[in-house]
Amino acid sequence: MSFLELDHVGKHFGPTVAVDAFSLTVGKGEFISFLGPSGCGKTTTLQMIAGFLDPSHGAIRLEGRDLLAVPPSRRGLGIVFQSYALFPHMTAAENVSFGLEMRRVSRTEREARVRAALAMVGLAGYEDRHPRRMSGGQQQRVALARALVIRPSVLLLDEPLSNLDARLREDMQIELRQIQRNLGTTTILVTHDQIEAMSLSDRIVVMSKGRIEQIGTPQEVYERPASAFVAQFLGKTNEFAATVDRTSSPARLVAGSWSASAPAGVSGTVTISVRPERIGFGESGLSGRIASRIFQGNQWLFQCETECGPVIVIRPNNGQPQPAQGEPVHLAWLAQDMSLRAAGGAS
Amino acid sequence: MSAAIDSLPASAAPSRETRAAWALALPALMLFTGVVVIPLAMTVMLSFHDWGQYKGIEPVFILKNWREIASDPYYAEMFSRTFRVAALATLITAVLGVPEAYILNRMNSPWKGFFLLVILGPLLISVVARTLGWALLFGGNNGLANKLMMSLGLIASPIRFMFTETGMVVALAHAMMPFMVLAVWTALQRIDPQIENAATSLGASPFTVVRRIILPQIMPGVLSGAIIVFSLSASAFATPAIIGGRRLKVASTLAYDEFLNTLNWPLGAAVAVLLLAALVLIVVGSNALIERRYAELFR
Repeated sequence: MSFLELDHVGKHFGPTVAVDAFSLTVGKGEFISFLGPSGCGKTTTLQMIAGFLDPSHGAIRLEGRDLLAVPPSRRGLGIVFQSYALFPHMTAAENVSFGLEMRRVSRTEREARVRAALAMVGLAGYEDRHPRRMSGGQQQRVALARALVIRPSVLLLDEPLSNLDARLREDMQIELRQIQRNLGTTTILVTHDQIEAMSLSDRIVVMSKGRIEQIGTPQEVYERPASAFVAQFLGKTNEFAATVDRTSSPARLVAGSWSASAPAGVSGTVTISVRPERIGFGESGLSGRIASRIFQGNQWLFQCETECGPVIVIRPNNGQPQPAQGEPVHLAWLAQDMSLRAAGGAS
Repeated sequence: MSAAIDSLPASAAPSRETRAAWALALPALMLFTGVVVIPLAMTVMLSFHDWGQYKGIEPVFILKNWREIASDPYYAEMFSRTFRVAALATLITAVLGVPEAYILNRMNSPWKGFFLLVILGPLLISVVARTLGWALLFGGNNGLANKLMMSLGLIASPIRFMFTETGMVVALAHAMMPFMVLAVWTALQRIDPQIENAATSLGASPFTVVRRIILPQIMPGVLSGAIIVFSLSASAFATPAIIGGRRLKVASTLAYDEFLNTLNWPLGAAVAVLLLAALVLIVVGSNALIERRYAELFR
């Protein structure tokens, strides 16, 4: 199962710890995202896999072999850079062909593979264009074709879509995922965009301050965030304090006028975390008032003032009447939609 | 500029705007005309005047000076030496300056500033002091440069530097090095810092990265540096005058001698005008060639 393995990889720059004890096993054909805010060490980790940086400690293995002993030019990894780093003095075809020339692929095979790679990214007919005569999206595709044409064992993507406008980015996400599925190339994507990470990856590695916060499928990290950081970084979330009332039997979890039967093993004050789209308006529950509502096309965003502080609620625009501004409401959610943490603690 | 003019009301705008533009440009235009155009035109005119040992300058229009330059092989030798020395100095600055700029560009911050200063050094020293320094280093058979190279076993017998083209080329190459390094360095800074990593990840060796990826991209910088170095070397005066001495002349020292020693101003003017015209042709021509050849890199 383990194709690429990072074993307690760390990187120090002087006294600063950029990456600390990073351990991850990547399966063949898997699409992994390193997600985190800037400066969390995700790009540093990628550069260590690529060989542009040497880890301070730890080991990186590819198919069981020590990757750190291999110079970057022999690692055979395909890399797409944030700036694309295309060779401006070469045409699109020459750019894509470069890696094959370095591998001494014969001219006829090279030409066929270059044409196929450019066609795959939807750039057939652009062979003789120079990069500076192409749009950002087209340059991005050339960079992808250049990285994929060498049939890399692992494809590394360093924020490849961050320079594209929103619409193009969405198109490229779908296309990137399709190409990756068709080729079955093991891929690691570095991104700070949670939507991008969730829509592309099989698994997400959420990072913060050089440490791994959580590794899991997009659903796992979204539904069951392992830490407050993950909960807040991925999507919006509401957090408020609740107490466990042991006087009643069975024990109940109480937040203002909302209560539910307390799960086993919790006591005292806890923090409840609920996603805004999992909260509904009901007859009973946490009572509050709509402070403002914002129409967003496919959904409504409500800001509610409640007994437990401000709460955000997102309801789909499904044709049902929605509460108006200033209207008193009761907020309710299902026990399975919330996660509990001991109050005060960071996680 | 044109957009700003277009956005003004159409009525009365053109004439007033044009007049204002001329009025604003007038001081600079007058200065340019006064200190560049008029003296240059006078020099060109001077080159067509007659001159005699006893009659002095006669303001007539004859081709005597130009005919003399064209027919006497002495002048052909002067000009070919001028351009040979300039070309060799350019070649040396390119061969040494490109790696110098590349290394400088890869240095880290405290050293980068220090070595940039070292490279700019020749520009900070008076040209006469610098050239006299070279004269001391060269200084006949017992010069420091020769002693050093002989003790290192690089050469068997001393090389003549003073009053030779070799000495001129060495001193000029040193003086012109900053222009080459700065031109190449500017080109290097335009390069995407990830591009070497990109080429490496595709399997290129460090040598291949430099040859196939870096050099082609900085070639316009190298060539524009070469144009600057060539034109400054070909018109340099102090270095050829001191290293070359009284006998080994180049075009600029020749013009100087005609003006101040022989007092044949018209002939000196003709030499100066020819040097200027040749340089303008070379610079404009090669610049056009570079821009056409490297159109993709200038976009």
